[in-house]
Amino acid sequence: MKLFKNMDKTTRSNLITYTMVIVAFLVMQGLGAIGGLSSSMKGQLVPITTYICLAISLNLVVGISGELSLGHAGFMSVGAFTSVVAVSMLQGMVGSPLVRFFLGCAIAGLAAACAGVLIGIPVMRLQGDYLAIVTLAFGEIIKNLLNNLWLGLDSNGLHVSMSNAAALGLEQGGKILINGPQGASGIERISNFTLGFVLVLFTLFVVFNLVNSRSGRAIMAVRDNRIAAESVGISTTKYRLMAFVVSAGLAGMAGALYAMNFNSIVPSKFDFNNSINILVFVVLGGMGNIRGGIISATLLTVLPEKLRFLGNFRMLIYAVVLILVMLVSNNRQLNNAFDMLKEKILRRRGDDDDDETPAQTAEGGAA
Amino acid sequence: MGFLTNLINGISLGSVYAIIALGYTMVYGIAKMLNFAHGDVIMVGGYICFCCMQYLGLPPVLGVLLAVVGCTCLGVVIERLAYKPLREAPSLAVLITAIGMSYFLQNSALLIWKSDPKVFPSVISLPNISLFNGQLVISPISIITVLACVVVMVCLTLFTQRTKMGKAMRACSEDKAAAQLMGIDVNATISMVFAIGSGLAAIAGVLLCSAYPVLMPTTGSMPGIKAFTAAVFGGIGSIPGAALGGILLGVIEIFARAYIGTQLADAIVFAVLIVVLLVRPAGLLGKEMHEKV
Amino acid sequence: MAREEGTYKAQSAAAGGGSPRKKPQAEQKGSKLVPLPTDSLIPERDAGQTILECRHLGIDFGGLHAVEDFNFMVGKTEIAGLIGPNGAGKTTVFNLLTKVYQPTRGAIILDGIDTANMTTPQVCQAGIARTFQNIRLFDSLTVEDNVKIGLHNQVECGMWSGIFRMPKYWLAEKEFHDRALELLDVFNMADQAGAIAGSLPYGAQRRLEIVRALATSPKLLLLDEPAAGMNPSETAELMENIRKIRDEFQIAIMLIEHDMDLVMGICEGIAVLNFGKIIAKGTPSDIQSNPQVIEAYLGTQDEEAK
Repeated sequence: MKLFKNMDKTTRSNLITYTMVIVAFLVMQGLGAIGGLSSSMKGQLVPITTYICLAISLNLVVGISGELSLGHAGFMSVGAFTSVVAVSMLQGMVGSPLVRFFLGCAIAGLAAACAGVLIGIPVMRLQGDYLAIVTLAFGEIIKNLLNNLWLGLDSNGLHVSMSNAAALGLEQGGKILINGPQGASGIERISNFTLGFVLVLFTLFVVFNLVNSRSGRAIMAVRDNRIAAESVGISTTKYRLMAFVVSAGLAGMAGALYAMNFNSIVPSKFDFNNSINILVFVVLGGMGNIRGGIISATLLTVLPEKLRFLGNFRMLIYAVVLILVMLVSNNRQLNNAFDMLKEKILRRRGDDDDDETPAQTAEGGAA
Repeated sequence: MGFLTNLINGISLGSVYAIIALGYTMVYGIAKMLNFAHGDVIMVGGYICFCCMQYLGLPPVLGVLLAVVGCTCLGVVIERLAYKPLREAPSLAVLITAIGMSYFLQNSALLIWKSDPKVFPSVISLPNISLFNGQLVISPISIITVLACVVVMVCLTLFTQRTKMGKAMRACSEDKAAAQLMGIDVNATISMVFAIGSGLAAIAGVLLCSAYPVLMPTTGSMPGIKAFTAAVFGGIGSIPGAALGGILLGVIEIFARAYIGTQLADAIVFAVLIVVLLVRPAGLLGKEMHEKV
Repeated sequence: MAREEGTYKAQSAAAGGGSPRKKPQAEQKGSKLVPLPTDSLIPERDAGQTILECRHLGIDFGGLHAVEDFNFMVGKTEIAGLIGPNGAGKTTVFNLLTKVYQPTRGAIILDGIDTANMTTPQVCQAGIARTFQNIRLFDSLTVEDNVKIGLHNQVECGMWSGIFRMPKYWLAEKEFHDRALELLDVFNMADQAGAIAGSLPYGAQRRLEIVRALATSPKLLLLDEPAAGMNPSETAELMENIRKIRDEFQIAIMLIEHDMDLVMGICEGIAVLNFGKIIAKGTPSDIQSNPQVIEAYLGTQDEEAK
């Protein structure tokens, strides 16, 4: 307890986030063990962890680096399809599905990071809304290219075509891995909730540690004041690109986790609307607030499923709620009132702290 | 002849994009926001016109007129309810609100008109124009679309350059605080811009549905994104830029479809946008803004 | 070129001389200026040791010559002043020196190296640090983090060491922390290390900006109106601090300032800029009595300036 109190603010906040994730995982595992989870909820577990990873990684770009990216789903799809291909190719070579999963994830992350570099180098010349529109454009291009990509595997190795499946020229027994707009099917389902949880922890670890390092400070410096950052010798392009590429790589790994949870995936799943969804997680959770992003990603993935009975009204309600949340959270009068209330509570709690320090120490010792 | 047909189709499609892009660009110029709901106003315009003609049996002209009136009101109401309270808010909050509004319009349309595609009745009952012994066929809607685009462009240019309201608009997009000090009603001016932009969206909606007669709740989203791309392509905030960007984009799209492949056309359109932005970071006719140090 | 600064003779030689590496005496007011071939002046103790040399520097904005034929030299430990009426182009000179704008003409030579084709971060690494007229801090970060960002290029620690918390990371972080607090101590700000920079009072923000600039280990520190918005006692403290920085860090300082008490009090060489051109150079007393300067500030009527 004492150690906890002496820690600096960010370390403490990060620990709370880690703890929250671990407790949530244990609770879900416990519920699963005693049969407290509906089958639809069980099916949701891996997508939830995927979207948590995506929200954390997009937060690195939107919240920490301060750039608007509207193409995050594009990196997710690069990761997803890469992992499908990689795992299929590894099937003969690596026996353990666990190792295959991690290798697939790593390769997917690498591929998405490479896509991030390719896109980032030209894009980082732009700023603000122009950057947003270009990331949107790249997301659409990736989707379009994948819609036109046929990839097959036989004993001669990989076959690629941009026109149709027949053009692959596979020999007997060859397997089509990516079938144009029909996407990939017959995927080996090696993802599970535990692996998703591990990936969430890994994503958190990377983002938290990056933010609290020399590079992370430089990224935030560029966000806060680009000209001042340059004046103290920080290359703005380098650090904006760093945030963008790391974020892309993490999104690719999340994409791999997602893909390996399903029998089949289609490129059109990773469209503009999906990118927007991830962005909504980040904004509703609070820009730069990783913990908030995790919570909103979880809620906004679970709720739509739970609200299926509403039918077509579901999305309408979502839209209205989205608008209302934005209006309320940006209302100055409400915010002022809220701040005053918070200050009052904090002050009272501060008083309590002073009074009860010995009691708390005792409690800490007992715990 | 194939080339000429494609060119005409491209200019026609581009004219629709240009009219939508004008709405985007004007709103961006004055409110500095990406109004993602703009594309869905197009769809609403299409549905209003469709209902007037199909269910009420009104003549097409009246249908178009009602669509314009309806969308203008819709635009003003959206601005008042959703965007005006966020004038001081961070741009991301406004963006998310606009996206929320887009979802709202799409899903309202889904509830009202259901998801099955409606076949849009022809607004114009003129025969196709056949040239060079039928080798080149031009549909009357193409001509009307291009004409509409030209008329809209000329009117808007005259409006912004010559009228008091137009000058107020330009003043607001330069500096809202200064405009307010000069006695310009900034809120009224912004409402006006949304009204004009949404009215134009209705026209674009009718033209788009006449050329591609399938109407669904999601009809507006892709043309909306493309028109937005066109606005950025031409230099967002610039009226001639939007027109130029729109037409170029339409031509590129049709040619890519004809010579490279339907599937890859969109990818090529977006790739061209990226290349243009890399060479000219503020778009073709946009002004580059520098932060004062 | 028909001006007479080149033939200027220093009036008093009370404190000059000595080896340039030696700490200058506290009493600098009467430092002797020696003429250089470019009709510039630097303190005698810095003889042959210029840190900055501008040769025919100029920039055009559209058709306007915002800065023209700017020839200037700063000695290795000099406190130089750049004054002039509003809109004379003073901040533009700073923006040229730090490559916020690329000059249209002329050369900037920093410690013998031509900075042509360098970017702002490269110029910073070469040794020019600056503050801004309208304060530019990293508002959402703490005071300590602001200084640590200033130290960015002084301590090495790559992205991977940071992410995977290699031993190098812990060493680097310790060095960052120690050096940041040490620098904050110069301005007695160490106790505010945990505060959010944007929430500091105005004077403290200006001081923090100077600390952040110092953190980059500059050879030349550019201060853009450091006393703006300060009261007389704060200004007096600032003057002391500017001298202290020069003495402790042995660097050159060039400042833009409208507060004449400050400029005349601490600057050794002063250049006066009007309509983008230097109209006078010399010691404070020299500038005070220069008729062209008086005209630029007060108009054409021949009246006593002070």
